[in-house]
This record gives sequence, structure tokens and C-alpha cells, in this order.
Amino acid sequence: MTDQTLTVRFFARLREELGTEQLTLPAEKNQTAGDLLAVLASRGGPWAQLQGNQPVMIAINQAMAKPAAAVKAGDEVAFFPPVTGG
Amino acid sequence: MISIQTDDFDAGSEYAALRDSGAGTGAIATFTGLVRDHGDTLDVSGLFLEHYPGMTEQVIAGLIEEASLRWDVRKARVIHRVGRLLLQEQIVFVGVCSAHRADAFAACEFIMDALKTSAPFWKKELAEAGEHWVEQKASDVARGEAWDK
Repeated sequence: MTDQTLTVRFFARLREELGTEQLTLPAEKNQTAGDLLAVLASRGGPWAQLQGNQPVMIAINQAMAKPAAAVKAGDEVAFFPPVTGG
Repeated sequence: MISIQTDDFDAGSEYAALRDSGAGTGAIATFTGLVRDHGDTLDVSGLFLEHYPGMTEQVIAGLIEEASLRWDVRKARVIHRVGRLLLQEQIVFVGVCSAHRADAFAACEFIMDALKTSAPFWKKELAEAGEHWVEQKASDVARGEAWDK
């Protein structure tokens, strides 16, 4: 049986405020990164900020992506605040 | 070569290694970023730096490749530290070898500017008043976007 899940990772302020570093979610057909954000935001509380006023950056399999990008089983999807290195 | 590390680095040794880039190199530009005592908040006592292992290295490798397409780049070195850093400690090193200075300056500045807005690092300022995740600066975004023109 193939694994029909995907991994979601959070970094920095989001990781701290959600109290979550990593999640495994079921992979749905025709799902986008934006759909995942909506599902997670509907958990309420601190999760609502995933669809709030502050920008949330998206990476799929470690490459920057847009909310409309498709996500599928086996993908690693990451959500994080705008980057501030250097 | 790209290194993401908790340990400090010796800019002198890095410069010496960059000099060993062949007789075609006529210019080396280097940049070193340090932890300063003021940022979003005053009285910063240190920083905590988080990154996305794997993606960070890929993004920086892409920036070096892009720089190599735009300018003469004979050798490039990027070091970025993560973890807890105290005041005046070194955070980041970018070094570029080129035939001529204009290419060395431009490639070094481009890699540094683009790293700030595209490499997945996050800074948290540590101060007496508490901790504070640094917000991305519009001025940094503008500097990054200026290279797209």
C-alpha cells in the first residue's frame, strides 16, 4: 500500500506560535498548497493566522511555491514567515 | 562552496582559500555580516538563527549559479551561521573571485542581497525585554528586487 500522506513543516515564528514543527496530513486529490493552508487555518486559535494578515511563505519539496501550486502524496510542504537571514 | 554551521569561521583563512583560485583571478570581494546591538529593538544582546536544512543550501547554490551566469565568477564561498550568536559575532561571509573588480563587487553584493530575501533563515533578536522574531524589511526586499531589473 502506498502512503497517501504528505508532510507539513513549520519554521520560526509560525513553528513557535503553532507549537508544531511537523505534521502528517492525508493527501487529497487536486489539492493545492492554498487548500492546505485553509484546512489548517480552520483549526482556529493560532492556526487562523495561516490565512490572516501576515504573509505566509510556501515551499514544496524545498523550493519556493505559490498558493496555487499542487501538492500530492509524499510531498514535503513548508509554511514559514518571510525570511530574515544575512 | 556553501557551509551552514553553528561554529565561527576565520575570514582570513577563507580569504586565503579564495586566493587559490587560479592566475585568472584579478579581484576578490568579500562581505562579512556581524551581530550588532540594535535592530528592530534596542539593546539587542544576541541573536538566534533558525534555518531550513537542505533548502537553504539549495537556494544559495542557485544564487551562486545565477551570479556565475551574470558575472565572471571564478570561485565563490558562502558561510552562514545558525544557532545562538552573541554581539559582534560573525553571522555571514560571502567571498567572490573574478577577473575584474566590477564583477567581484556585483556578484558578492548580489549573492548577499538575494540571500537576505530568498534563503530560508530566520533571525530572532534576544534582548533584556524579551525575544523578538525579526520582520522582513521592505528595504531588503527592494534591494533584492533591484537585481531583477
